[in-house]
Amino acid sequence: MSDSDLLNSNFVAWMDSRAGSESDIVISSRIRLARNLQYITFPYFMNAESGNKSMQEISDAWKNSELLSQMDLITFDQTSTLDRQILVEKHLISPEHGLSAESYRGLLASKDGSIATMINEEDHLRIQCLLPGLQLEKCYKLAQEIDDELEQQLNYAFDEHRGYLTACPTNVGTGMRSSVMLHLPAIAISGQRSRIFQNINQLGMTVRGLYGEGTEIVGNYVQLSNQITLGQTENEIITNLGIISRQIVEQEKMLRKSLQEEMKYQLEDRVGRAYGILTNARVMNSNEALALLSDVRLGVDLGIIEGISLFVINQLVVAIKPAHLQKRNGGEMEAFIRDVKRAEVIKEILLKSSK
Amino acid sequence: MFCDDCKQKPATVHLTQMVNGKKTDMHLCTECAAQKGFLLFDNDKKFSIPNFLGSFLGSDFNLQDVHSLASTNSCSNCGMSFTDIRQTGKLGCSECYKAFDTELEPTLRSIHGNSNHVGKIPVRGGEKVFLKKEMGELKLALQQAIKEENYEQAAEIRDKIKGLEKVINEEGGR
Repeated sequence: MSDSDLLNSNFVAWMDSRAGSESDIVISSRIRLARNLQYITFPYFMNAESGNKSMQEISDAWKNSELLSQMDLITFDQTSTLDRQILVEKHLISPEHGLSAESYRGLLASKDGSIATMINEEDHLRIQCLLPGLQLEKCYKLAQEIDDELEQQLNYAFDEHRGYLTACPTNVGTGMRSSVMLHLPAIAISGQRSRIFQNINQLGMTVRGLYGEGTEIVGNYVQLSNQITLGQTENEIITNLGIISRQIVEQEKMLRKSLQEEMKYQLEDRVGRAYGILTNARVMNSNEALALLSDVRLGVDLGIIEGISLFVINQLVVAIKPAHLQKRNGGEMEAFIRDVKRAEVIKEILLKSSK
Repeated sequence: MFCDDCKQKPATVHLTQMVNGKKTDMHLCTECAAQKGFLLFDNDKKFSIPNFLGSFLGSDFNLQDVHSLASTNSCSNCGMSFTDIRQTGKLGCSECYKAFDTELEPTLRSIHGNSNHVGKIPVRGGEKVFLKKEMGELKLALQQAIKEENYEQAAEIRDKIKGLEKVINEEGGR
């Protein structure tokens, strides 16, 4: 199923900023539920036999359900390394999952990528729902529907006291990780990031970069998620994350306002320069592009730049990643050629959309 | 920060080497690190950045305790020992949670501040919880009936228990 739209277009559901609230600052919301099958070896220790058994049960459940069979089941033996990298760049699978090519690992995803369930990643199932803006409740509701549907056919590993049993004890209980992707340029410009996030761990939350665990903060994108999964209900976890996200959004808004009032010219200069470089440069590496796009995005949010939508910027951030550039180009490219192609793509998309 | 080697992927493995008293820092992506043999796991598809969780697990025991525990105790379903679990930071299967319940208790407390689930219960798993509870009640009633020498009633209850056992076993075998 390598001709899936998820591999060939630049679009996935979370990019559509018009469909979510606070989507100038909250890029996307995600709910992930970790689920496992009873008795079958967890993926980390899995061999082909246990892997195939687990994939077989999940794929039977997919075929037998009206709701689930509307989605695509992609097993990774049918995909190229480049295809899997495309899925990573769209945030549909984790970087680790992208490295596996076995037939018993894969992805069960809706056509628009709002539901992306990883099969035999760290757990047998990782049901994910990803939507634009701040809408954790809706994400949870959609993830629940998939969970309930799968549960009707699969024998989940569940214990009265420990809850949903997971490969790593950090996920046991609800098996739920809820997270939001925030764009926080004003907090970064004013040097407030470490102050705002220093106590976040005490609230049972954790901060990460664009691609989750172990990735760095680039382009002022910050991922905030719950750390505790045992002893709290799903609703408590979602409510807490929602409250903290809203507080951070308020801080960012306040700082944006004071930047506009006190540093109007410096701010407009910064945004204008970023736009100027992005539309004129001939060679551009990924980190530079993300940093400049962050400035342009801020300019769009504050009305300094008109005509470019946040939707276009969301798409652009993914379209300039290595695998997407190579897909667009129709084959592998070395790093320098990619930097040239990246500059071209940015220029083309920005100029086209600002007309 | 990008990988020193391929300069394409974000560096996620950070290494400091001391050679002849000279310090060098390296920042690599996981793939390049794996190629250079800096990741310790034998299966190249499943790396894990040396997991701090392993040291978390069973932190209330000293190493000797863990070894002696592990030698006598392993999961009857997947064969994993607690030493394996400590080394990888991951459990082997659903049944490991039962096999290593005592060892996991302090770990869960230190990670979550809590060790009891209060969230969602699956419908079918929930059914089982309900059936188990009913079974407990029937067994009590059976003892009571025998005590009262009410054998007719005892036989009835015994049949009910047998029926229920069948239901529970069928559920489990699915």
